[in-house]
Amino acid sequence: MDKAKLKVGIQKYTMIIVLVLVMLFFTWGTEGKILLPQNITNLISQNAYVFVLATGMLLCILTGGNIDLSVGSVVCFVGAVGGVMMENMKLPIGIAVILMLILGALIGAWQAFWIAFLRIPPFIVTLSGMLVFRGLSNIVLGGKTLPIKSEMFVQLFGGGANCYVPDFLGSGEGLNMVAMGVGTIACVLFILMTVRGDLNRRKKGYETENPVAMYGKMIVICAVILFVTWKLAQHKGIPTSLVWVLLVVLVYGYITSKTTVGRYFYAVGGNEKATKLSGINTNMVYFIAYTNMGFLAALAGMLTIARMTSAQPTYGQNYEMDAIGSCFIGGASAYGGVGTVPGVIIGAVLMGIINQGMSIMGTDQNMQKVVKGLVLLAAVIFDVVSKKKSE
Amino acid sequence: MAKILLEMKNITKTFPGVKALDNVNLQVEEGEIHALVGENGAGKSTLMNVLSGVYPYGSYEGDIIYKGEVCKFQTIRQSEEKGIVIIHQELALVPYMTIGENLFLGNERGKKAAINWDETYGMADQYIRQVGLTESSRTLIKDIGVGKQQLVEIAKALAKNAKLLILDEPTSSLNEQDSQALLDLLLKFKKEGMTCIIISHKLNEVSYVADKITVIRDGSTIETLKKGVDDFSEDRIIKGMVGREIADRFPKRPGVKIGETALEVKNWTVHHPVYSERKVVDNVSFKVRKGEVVGISGLMGAGRTELAKSIFGKSYGTNISGSLYLNGKEAHLKNARDAIRHKIAYVTEDRKGDGLILSNPIRINTTLANLDAVSSRGVIDRDKEYSVAVEYKKKLNTKCPTVEQNVGNLSGGNQQKVLLAKWMFADPDVLILDEPTRGIDVGAKYEIYCIINDLVAAGKSVIMISSELPEVLGMSDRIYVMNEGKIAGELSKEEATQEKIMACILRSSGKKTGKANA
Repeated sequence: MDKAKLKVGIQKYTMIIVLVLVMLFFTWGTEGKILLPQNITNLISQNAYVFVLATGMLLCILTGGNIDLSVGSVVCFVGAVGGVMMENMKLPIGIAVILMLILGALIGAWQAFWIAFLRIPPFIVTLSGMLVFRGLSNIVLGGKTLPIKSEMFVQLFGGGANCYVPDFLGSGEGLNMVAMGVGTIACVLFILMTVRGDLNRRKKGYETENPVAMYGKMIVICAVILFVTWKLAQHKGIPTSLVWVLLVVLVYGYITSKTTVGRYFYAVGGNEKATKLSGINTNMVYFIAYTNMGFLAALAGMLTIARMTSAQPTYGQNYEMDAIGSCFIGGASAYGGVGTVPGVIIGAVLMGIINQGMSIMGTDQNMQKVVKGLVLLAAVIFDVVSKKKSE
Repeated sequence: MAKILLEMKNITKTFPGVKALDNVNLQVEEGEIHALVGENGAGKSTLMNVLSGVYPYGSYEGDIIYKGEVCKFQTIRQSEEKGIVIIHQELALVPYMTIGENLFLGNERGKKAAINWDETYGMADQYIRQVGLTESSRTLIKDIGVGKQQLVEIAKALAKNAKLLILDEPTSSLNEQDSQALLDLLLKFKKEGMTCIIISHKLNEVSYVADKITVIRDGSTIETLKKGVDDFSEDRIIKGMVGREIADRFPKRPGVKIGETALEVKNWTVHHPVYSERKVVDNVSFKVRKGEVVGISGLMGAGRTELAKSIFGKSYGTNISGSLYLNGKEAHLKNARDAIRHKIAYVTEDRKGDGLILSNPIRINTTLANLDAVSSRGVIDRDKEYSVAVEYKKKLNTKCPTVEQNVGNLSGGNQQKVLLAKWMFADPDVLILDEPTRGIDVGAKYEIYCIINDLVAAGKSVIMISSELPEVLGMSDRIYVMNEGKIAGELSKEEATQEKIMACILRSSGKKTGKANA
């Protein structure tokens, strides 16, 4: 019984264990360079789009291992249209941002309609979208690069030179006080929520979590939050892109774990027929998943053009693969119905660390692809094999 | 006396928790048509699966002696090499391939790297002429009817050089004319020296075509009747099939008051979702009252599940017509959600396929049909959900370590309880239970009967679809017998017997067969 519990526990935290091991490996391989504040900041801002896209992709994958191949092209297209709106048409930033999000959602809805209501295979629909929106991006930009000059936009969504949350608490010297403050507040909130949840359960007589596991988990998570914010504070503070990433992760983490809509994604992926007979509109679940993917692709598009301070018809290539890879590495099932937002984020971080670690170590670009490919395969093999065993 | 072609000696096959076959003996002579009859779940198909190698040697006890030698088949392929070919109830043809391609699937003509298509179609044409098909063998399977598809299956068996042909319910999806043609084809093959084993529920067909009939009941062979020696009448066969004693296997239900009509269906007709000209449910009217258990009996394929699903928010079929009344008021249920809102629940016969999410824990499965009850404004109260799951686990005595256990890891009986819990939590007034005790052991069955009793005692209505006659008789206040999409009879608890139910079914199919023959 205890042995079985341990096995389940190890299975549950495999990716975290792997992440720690990979981290240690690269700390050793790069002689600690990977933990430099500059590199931690880069890890976040370079991969901001991956976090956002992977979260959206998770919802698609949950519905039954369905993927969205068009996200890279949609990222590029929305970025291109946004660039034209801001630079050529001189629309105010706020309006441009809202229009870009609406555009993304509309593109998502267009694809979602065929997938959800006509049951055209998602692979085909999004393959089509991949071609269509890549082509349209080229048309919109006339094949040329469009520089994004609006500083405010770059500041808001950026990862460029100076896109950090201003340090209004500190003196600008030494540690960034805003970053440290945010880290501390986040920890305090997290602890309060954990304790309150536990007290509530006790009061209502529900079964409570094992206190060792509960407080252990709490301490580890707080330590990680403090470590990251401390590193960020040593550099220039919190990158603005991190704010968006956190927003997406928190909102979608909440939706998938706490709401009925979130539950429907898992149910459809687990057994669509049973879900339908339980009175749930399964078509609508598909529709929401793919519409939302378009919406998040638009956000990723903004992050991308802001980071590059330009819109180009080649942006976003292979972004879909980064997102899909993160999901599967993060424990989403290739058959659907299984996967969590925190898991996907761990998957994305793992991919990011492997990327960055190898870059710092000076590994050949082509070799990097080989390693990433093998990691992806290993993750899915692990998923399939561990499922077989549990049957 | 003719040579014994096949002998199965003391075959015993156990599945986890169930003894499907218990010391079964079967002797088949060369050149005869041997029928296997018995109720659903009696073990006929299991026996044939043992014979054909679906269950490999070693997974059962006993010997198979074929043509004088003991056979130890590991795969279907090995039994086919010996000339034993089984045709399953569900046709195993690929719809988007031609007749010829299907005929030689896995047995292709020509070389491995170069299929000889001329030979394929040439030979296929010969084989399908033998079974009386006039189509070209280049026709796609999807373009011919079910009856002809069944003939293609037989031609496929011929192409495998079959010496012993096993047909599992070959006529269950055929109309009378096609059935008759198929039976005559079997008689023709018999003259040519082919040996056949046929499994069938249609006793009139069995007496027409068979030389010997072996009756299987509860996993044991009861008797073998010979044509010309024994009485071959349907009544005699039924007696063999159902002749078991019904002990006190059903809990009593004293003092439950039967109230007003809760659900009534009038002139309900449902068409097949793909072949929309086919009526799967044909002008059915029935009702169930508060506190009443109504049984719907009938053979597989009688349209009972389809009736239930179509009532449950049109979850099956097209062109549904007829009217549905809940507590006397007409209701139009557009989808499953609507049905649940109108307090109807449908507990599926296929708990793994249509009922549960096997990869999810008990907790999530329990609340899926009524998530609103454990959430406010779309946010799930996980703790409340947990306590609901625990409550039902206790109520139904589900055996599991915790409610966080994945449903896929539970036994059939416990899965069935989770499924019941899910629908009880949806708080319905009318529960439609489709084969509620299929594939679960006797103890769990009894518990489920007790749950049914509790439900009606609380004023709910239960419609119980079951293929097991004793169960229907033991549990129902009233019984409807369905056959071929129609209500073939209504029996009160007092007048219902197994023989009467069987007679209802046979009478209604008999009528039609008679017409077709005339």
